[in-house]
Order: sequence, then structure tokens, then C-alpha cells
Amino acid sequence: MAETSHKEETFRVGETELRVIKGGQGKPLLVFHGELGFPGWLQWLDVLARKRTIWIPLHPGFGKTPMASWIMNMRDLGAFYARFIREQKLAPVDVIGFSLGGWLAAEMAIANSAQFSKMVLVGATGLRPPSGEIMDMFTRTARGYLNASVIDSRNNPEFAKLFGGEQTPEQFEAWEDARAETARIAWAPYMYTQSMPELLANVAGLPTLILWGKQDPVVPLSAGELYHQKIAGSKLVTFDNCGHMPEVEKPADFIKAIESFLG
Amino acid sequence: MHVMFFTERAYHAVPEDEVFKIRSFFGVPNKFFDAQKGAQLLNEYIDEKIMCDELGFDGLMLNEHHGTPFCMGAVMDVEAAVLARATKRAKIVLLGNPIPTVANPLRLAEELAMIDMISGGRLVPGWVRGAGSEQLANNANPAYNREYFDEAHDLILAAWTRPGPFRWEGKHFHYRFVNPWVLPLQKPHPPIWIPGLISPETVKWCAHHRYPYVALATLLKPTLEMFNMYAKIAGDLGYQAGPENFGYLQPVFCADTEEKAEELGKNFLFGGGFSHFARPEWMFPPGYNSKEATRRLASQAANPNLPGHGLLDHDPENDAELQALKKALYGTYPEWLRQSQMITGTPKTIVPKLRHVLEVLRPGIFSFWLDGPAPLKDRRRCVELLGKEVLPAMHEIGKELGLTDPFQVKPGSRQLSNGKAEPVGRPDLIAESTLGA
Amino acid sequence: MHIMWFTERAYHYLPEEEVLKRRSFFGVPNTFFDAQKGSQLLNQYLDEKIYSDELGFDGVMLNEHHGTPFCMGAVMDVEAAVLARATKRVRIVLLGNPIPTVANPLRLAEELAMIDMISGGRLVPGWVRGAGSEQLANNANPAYNREYFDEAHDLILAAWTRPGPFRWESKHFHFRFVNPWVLPLQKPHPPIWIPGLISPETVKWCAAHKYPYVALATMLKPTLEMWDLYTAEAAVHGYQAGPENFGYLQPIFVHETEEKADELGKNFLFGGGFANFARPEWMFPPGYNSKEATRRLASLYANPNLPGKTLVPQHLHSMNDIAAIKKAVYDNYESSKESLQIITGTPKSVIPKLRKVLEVLRPGIFSFWLDGPSPREDRLTCLKLLGTEVLPAVREIGKELGLADPFQIAPGSRPLAASGRPERVGSPEALAAI
Repeated sequence: MAETSHKEETFRVGETELRVIKGGQGKPLLVFHGELGFPGWLQWLDVLARKRTIWIPLHPGFGKTPMASWIMNMRDLGAFYARFIREQKLAPVDVIGFSLGGWLAAEMAIANSAQFSKMVLVGATGLRPPSGEIMDMFTRTARGYLNASVIDSRNNPEFAKLFGGEQTPEQFEAWEDARAETARIAWAPYMYTQSMPELLANVAGLPTLILWGKQDPVVPLSAGELYHQKIAGSKLVTFDNCGHMPEVEKPADFIKAIESFLG
Repeated sequence: MHVMFFTERAYHAVPEDEVFKIRSFFGVPNKFFDAQKGAQLLNEYIDEKIMCDELGFDGLMLNEHHGTPFCMGAVMDVEAAVLARATKRAKIVLLGNPIPTVANPLRLAEELAMIDMISGGRLVPGWVRGAGSEQLANNANPAYNREYFDEAHDLILAAWTRPGPFRWEGKHFHYRFVNPWVLPLQKPHPPIWIPGLISPETVKWCAHHRYPYVALATLLKPTLEMFNMYAKIAGDLGYQAGPENFGYLQPVFCADTEEKAEELGKNFLFGGGFSHFARPEWMFPPGYNSKEATRRLASQAANPNLPGHGLLDHDPENDAELQALKKALYGTYPEWLRQSQMITGTPKTIVPKLRHVLEVLRPGIFSFWLDGPAPLKDRRRCVELLGKEVLPAMHEIGKELGLTDPFQVKPGSRQLSNGKAEPVGRPDLIAESTLGA
Repeated sequence: MHIMWFTERAYHYLPEEEVLKRRSFFGVPNTFFDAQKGSQLLNQYLDEKIYSDELGFDGVMLNEHHGTPFCMGAVMDVEAAVLARATKRVRIVLLGNPIPTVANPLRLAEELAMIDMISGGRLVPGWVRGAGSEQLANNANPAYNREYFDEAHDLILAAWTRPGPFRWESKHFHFRFVNPWVLPLQKPHPPIWIPGLISPETVKWCAAHKYPYVALATMLKPTLEMWDLYTAEAAVHGYQAGPENFGYLQPIFVHETEEKADELGKNFLFGGGFANFARPEWMFPPGYNSKEATRRLASLYANPNLPGKTLVPQHLHSMNDIAAIKKAVYDNYESSKESLQIITGTPKSVIPKLRKVLEVLRPGIFSFWLDGPSPREDRLTCLKLLGTEVLPAVREIGKELGLADPFQIAPGSRPLAASGRPERVGSPEALAAI
């Protein structure tokens, strides 16, 4: 299957030149990448890009978009994107957030759920898990963290395509940028907002799909269940034999769930 | 010349294999810590420092590490406080307090003021960013490390010198009533020295603040490059750097016979030796390094200057592999000796070797470094020989070479000649010997 | 009985008017601080502590205050470290570390572990919330003070006893790699004592943790009430409180003559005396007190349990006012002596007074408290007389009254009577007789 063409564009948000990967056609779909940056154009993006214009902004400080030193927590980052959505007249827009990107989407929905039309959270951080804990990426190398994120890092072609082979200096630098920016935002409390359980009541009414690997070693399923419980009307879909990256580990099931939700 | 003594206060009773297993001192579970043994060792180290004071050393140097058997000086100010009262003459030199990790820098300012007061004005505080692992041990956000460092430094200096009460509202530190009722005895504030491991950013910062830069046992050639970078910036700022702007830490192992000294020195490699094993995830936490430094590191994780670098890039999978690694590492000992990372010998044979280091680097501050799990009596004998025989010789050489220390010539007070900075040190002498090649 | 010696390490060389006109030690600008004089004094205080060790005291007690000439022990752990090595036998008793203000409690756990190691296991750490002014001096949010306190306490204990590395994520403190490589010599951890100024919350908390509660020179009657509260709470937790659960700090001034002792005692009131001047904006920062405490305070600002009363006009207009305040402060001296809040005299005359206090409170821990800007020689004389003459007598009285200390009987180890009803520890009858 040929990759859908996609390209990088630049949008000005305040003082920041935001780099956005855009591809496909149709109604916009906003994708928030996770704590190690945008890993690359994957199969699920190809499928969705047939009907949707994919917007993948590269978070400030994660390498391509310059760091904005005033962004020190998730609320700051959410406010930055709220401005972006407003200025690009994207609202209400469908959004998918992965891991830290899911936390970002949830935080924005709390502030103003009307900026989204539908929300998908995939293995989202942002909540303190009622049982277990969020794996500490900062006591591992980037690669060590990735390898530990999925059930089987050795026998997965998509995973190998993204992260296999020798680490290049460019990859090392990109990961270090991503880790540094994540630290600025999420160092303590680690990867969650303490008031999130109370504030999620604000999200009620926004159609929300929560996707989770049943064996997610990074964010335990208990956090997904709590999201489900706190967001009235949300739907929780879990994948068996799956870790933190259902889009890589269970692409077919993942695509099916998203397509049926987004329509 | 200011001559000091230094030792990490290692917990030697840690099983060496536990260190090799994870290729790191940091992270070894503290179930291997026996407080009885630790207490005894910690007091022996204090005894040693007191002995140095009596032997006539000019300074006692301390450092700090958290969560590692490599150094029990988790809060070195505790030891500094002990020494403030238990010693009589020596300067107490802290290289340095990891100010980004303390969280309440004002309390640190008070702590150090009290130590200066109790010691009768013998404190020389210094600051470090803290190794990567210190950020993890203290949960200090490494992405703000440099900002914390700068702010904490400025706040501490302000607390010491600006009349209170005043308000301090920085990016990271917020105080609305700074008015400490303990202040350093030394005015306007104690002299500040900064230790370093060849980070150009730190060297530049030191030159700007006219703080002496103390190189921590780094190889002679890159060390001299850093000294000259300092001197060049000093020139741009309008002063000539001199020996009083530079210091050097040198592992030295002294005994009554060559054989004994060499045996003593070998202990230095215990557990892989000083920062030999540097797990990247602990040495380089997120955002700790500048972009420049990250690029430098992109292709290398551990310090490539150390012999035996790259012996093993993964945790040993079984005991045989572990033992092989251990053997290979100790096998690099001759290289260590050749590279002048360490000097061993009798007083008679080490003095010429030390003279060479002094001739090359021309530092006004010099510290002996003794480490490794050697028997107590061997350590004591080493300190005694250093104090009684080597120290006087060093003072003589220092005088002969004109190595002024920061108490003799104020760092930053030397005039430029013809408005141009003279280079420092003697790089031409490095080639004449195998040392530092 | 565990007998200690205590002094704030005051910086005495400031004009008393500077304190009086502000109605506070806290907040006097540090431009009045001369480091030469401060240095000499701080070392003199250390000399006194070392001398106490030689005199045979069981403990030397330290405390901590920030930003005030009233106490140069801004980081008392510095002094504790000095004493760990410079003394031989005494317990080093820290009452207490203001854990909500340190910001990095793990570093404190390491600091104290090292002091315990260096001292050969002679450390007795204690915790306080810190006076209101400590919150301001350290910019520690007072509204979270109690939460910081509880979390920091639990974290320090965990750091000392739970095998590392472990992760600690609470509301206010976040550590993901707790694995200290210095740990206390005393196992499972050093004994913990808690000082207090009659806060029922603290007393109950102590009883629940079986921590001895040391009352800081509070009036005898309310102190006894706190004992009863502790004892009742102890019964709820299934044990009988005893003298080992209680301590008391007593200002005392001894010299060769009554007159000289009296003079010494009067110095205690320098600058208005201990916490006499409590500016409400500094003593009670926002959220520092519980709702209950706030209600108690609503009708009065200063602490009525301490020597001296609220005797300060809200506004000062002239030096005449200062003179009037000064007079009021010192006029209060006689009544403080009568109520035994301050005891002065020769060894011979103070011992019966001390006996009365011990009969009323029956504490297993007792500390003498000497303070005020008296000349060095007079302080040393007082200390010497306390050590050589009063200390042995108090020890005898303790034995006679059965005042077991926490090293003789583990606090909380005393069984309740079969009825389940606790027995009172102190003696209101003895108080009535005073």
C-alpha cells in the first residue's frame, strides 16, 4: 500500500512557528502525538487520510517546532493549541491523542469541550492510575522506554519500521528534545493533573472513545477505566494482547474502532 | 599554592558484583547498606580529614552525591559542619553543593553561613549542577537544571549580601521575605570555587564570575584547553587569568614501596572506578544537557577518555560474563597509570611526576585524591606520607613556579599586559612525556 | 528520667528597642546582624552544649527558627552535626525540624541519617509544623502546612525503613527513585519526640504515633489538660500512657545567690521574651491554623499560655510607648516566677520548686532552659550549678517518683488496665497545692 502524501507546513501561533504534518483529504482530524514525539506515518493514518485531512502538530520544544519557554505545564500547552484551533477556524474538530497527547486532549476538553466534536484517547496519561503506576520514562533511555511500551518489540514489523536498527544521531537528538520538553511539562506530578478526576465532569456531552491495550505497561488499564467512568457517555474499547501502542500492535482492530466511532 | 586532600566517602562494603551487575554505583539497592559499617567508615573519613588539618594541608575538599555507595556524603554540609569545629586551620572546600536539587536555596544559604561562622571564616563554598543521577535522586526537574542553577546561585549571593528583608521572585524560586539572621563571617561573602568535568558552558560561566575553576582529574590536554578558554574569555572581560584562577584534582597513591603504592592505586578501580559505568538514562536525564552537549553525546554514552571505555555495552547476562568484565576492567590498570589519570609511588618517585603536572597546568589550587577500598592503615600511611613529605615539596614547587593561589592573588585582579590575554599552562610540555598523552 | 539542657541561640547584640517597636523579633532587618559577634556567640553556645555533655546531662536539645535574632539555629542540623562529633555521650535532641518548610524532605532524611551515623546513634529527631513566621521565611505555603507535615513525615520514615529504590508520589512530594545510601544507625529508626505549644491536634497525633510529647514551657494547668487528652487518645489506641510519653521544658536560672539568679532570670524577658510579641500577620499566616484553632484565636492574638500576656498596644507612636511596653514586660516577671513559669534561685532553693513541677506533670523527659543576654560567665555558672548540683537531685526525684524515660520504657508499651480505662499521668492535686 502506497503512503498517502503528506507534507510539513508552518503556522504561526503567537510567537511560535508551529510545524504541522498535513495529509489526506476531507474534514480535519487533529492528532496529538505522545511524549517521544511523532514517530512517523503509520498504516492507520493512510487509511484515515482517504476520508480526512490529518493535522499532526509537532508540539513546541519537541525538535521541529521551537521550544516556547513559557509553556511549563499541560494547561499552558492546551491553551497554546486552543489558540491554534481558534485561529485556524478548526473548531469543532475531531481529535485523537496518544499517551501524553491524550492527556493534552483531555485537558483541553476540560477547559472548553466545544472546541472538539469527537475525542479519542489512546493509552492517555493525565490521570493517576487507581492501581499501578505510570511507567517512569525518565529512568530509562528513550529506546528502553519504547521497547518496554509494547508487548513484543522484536516481532512487530510496524514497530521495527519506526524504531528498529541502529540509533542515528538525528533520532537520538529528537528523542532527547522530546524527553526534555516532556520533563518541562510533566516532571512532577509525573504525567498527570491532580484535579483531573474532578474536572472530567466538564467533558460530559463530548462523544469520547477511550482505547486501551489490556496489558498496557506504561499507563495501566485502571486509568482508562477511570477516564471511562468520569466522562459521562464515553465508550471504552480495549485490545487483548496489546501494550501501550494499539496503533502499532493491533492496527486492524485499532482502525476499525476509530472508523466506526468517527463515522 | 593551596594544597588540599580529597576522598569520596565511599561505602566500600558494597558487594562489588552488585555494581558490575547494573554497570553503575547509582541504583544499587540500599538493602546492601549496613549502617554499622557505614557509620564506622564515615567517621574514619572524618578522622582522616582532621588528620590532614593537623598535617598542615591548606584545604579539605568535600563533594556530594545522592543515592550511591560511591559517596556517603549525601549532604556534605553535615561533614562540613563537623569539620568546622573539629579542625583548626584548614579551609573547608565544598566542590560543590548541587544547588538545583536542594529545592530551598535560602535554607542552604543559612546552612553555609552557619558553617562559615562556626569555622571562623574557613569556608569555601562551590556550586555544581549535580550529576544527572542527583536530579533523579532528588526529583529535581533536569530540564530546568541550568535555570535552577543560575537562580539559586543569584539568590544565595543576594541572601548573603543584600540587606533584608527583601523580596525575591524569580522564574523558579519565590520568596517574599528574605531576611536571614545568620550571615557568613567572610565579607562580602566567602570565596567561591567551581569544580568541573570539562563543560565549556561551566568554564565560560566561571570566567565571567571570576570564580576559580577546579578540573576534576580530567586528562591534561583537554584540561589545558579549558584553562585557555577561560583565559581567553577573561581577556575579553579585561583581566589576565593566572594560577589563582585554576585548580586540579589528581588521584595520588603513596606508600613506602612502589609495589605497595601500585597495589593501593589498583583499589581505585573498585566497582569499575570513578564514573566508569555511566548508564545514559541516569547520567543524562531529560533536558539536563544543552543542545550542543546532546549533539556531542549522540554517538557516545560514557566518558571515552577513560581506559576500558566500551568494554561492555549491556548488563552482564550471567556470572561468567560479569567476571570476565571485571577482569577486563582491572586489566586496564596499566593504561590508567600511563595516562596520568593516577599517580602512584613513594614520596620520592611521585614528587617529580607531580611537578610535571604542575608545570603543565600551573594551577594555584591542587588537591590529592585518594580513593578505593584500601585497608585503613594503608590509607592512613598514604595520608601521612603525603602530608609530611609530599606536601612540603609541593609548596616548594609551587613557590618556584609562581603558582599563586586565590588567597595570595585575588582571582580576576591581574592586569592584562598590552590589553591582550596571555595563554596559561605549558601545552608544549605534554608531549615530552607519556603523561596525559 | 531523661534530663536535657536547652537554649535558643539568640543574637543578643541588637538594640532592644528594635524588637519592642516592631512588637516582634521576626522581621527585624538583618542589617543589625554583625557576623563577627554572631560567630563568637554561636561558638559559645556550642561550647555550652559540649560542656553539658561533660557535666553528665542526658541530652542536649536544639530547635530551629528562621529570619529572627531570637535564634541563630536557622539550620539546627548544622549544630547537630557539630555536636555529633564534638560530644561523646549525650543524646542530640532536635525539637524539631520544621518539615513543611524544607521543600526536599528526602535530603533532610539523608542529613539526619548522617548525623545519627556520625554520633554513633545518639540522635533523637523531632518534627514541628514550624511557627507561622517560618512559613514566611521559607515561603512554604501555610495553607498546606498540615498536609506537608504529614506527607514529609511519612516520606522520611519510609526513606529510613523501606528498602530502595521505591517510588513516592503523594499530593505534595514526588520522588520516583528513593534509595538513600546513608541510613540511620538506630534501627528501625531513631526515636522520635515531638515538641508542642498546646495544640490538641498535635497531642492527638503524637498519641496515635506513640511519640513522646514535649510541652514547651507552657502553663502547668493547660499542660496537664494536654496530658489527659494524650492519655485518653492513647487508650483509644490500646495503651496506657506513662511518664515516658511526656516531656517538659522549664526556664530556670541558677546562680550562687538569689539576687544574681534573679538578675539572670530577668534577662529572659529581653525584647519582650519568648514569643511574647506575636504579630498576628506573622504568627498566623493564611491557612496555617485549623478551623478549630482559628476559632480559639478569634478573640485573642497572643498565646495566653506563655509567660507574659498580651500587653502590647496595637499602635506605637513614640518612644514613650516603647518605655511603657518595656515596663509592662518586666513588671510581669514576678507573676511568672510565682506560677513557676520561670524558676530562679540557688541550687538549694530551686530544687523544691522543680520537685513541685515534676510532681504535677510527672514527665519522663525534662529540659532546663536558659536564655537571655546574660554574660558568658554567668551562663556558665548557671550551667555548672545545674549540672553538678541540680541535675543529680532531679535525677533522684525522678527515681523516687518513678518517672521512666523513653529509653527505659518504650512509649506505648505500657498495657491498659483490665477495665480499659486509662489512668491519669499527671497530678491535678499537686497543682492545686501550689
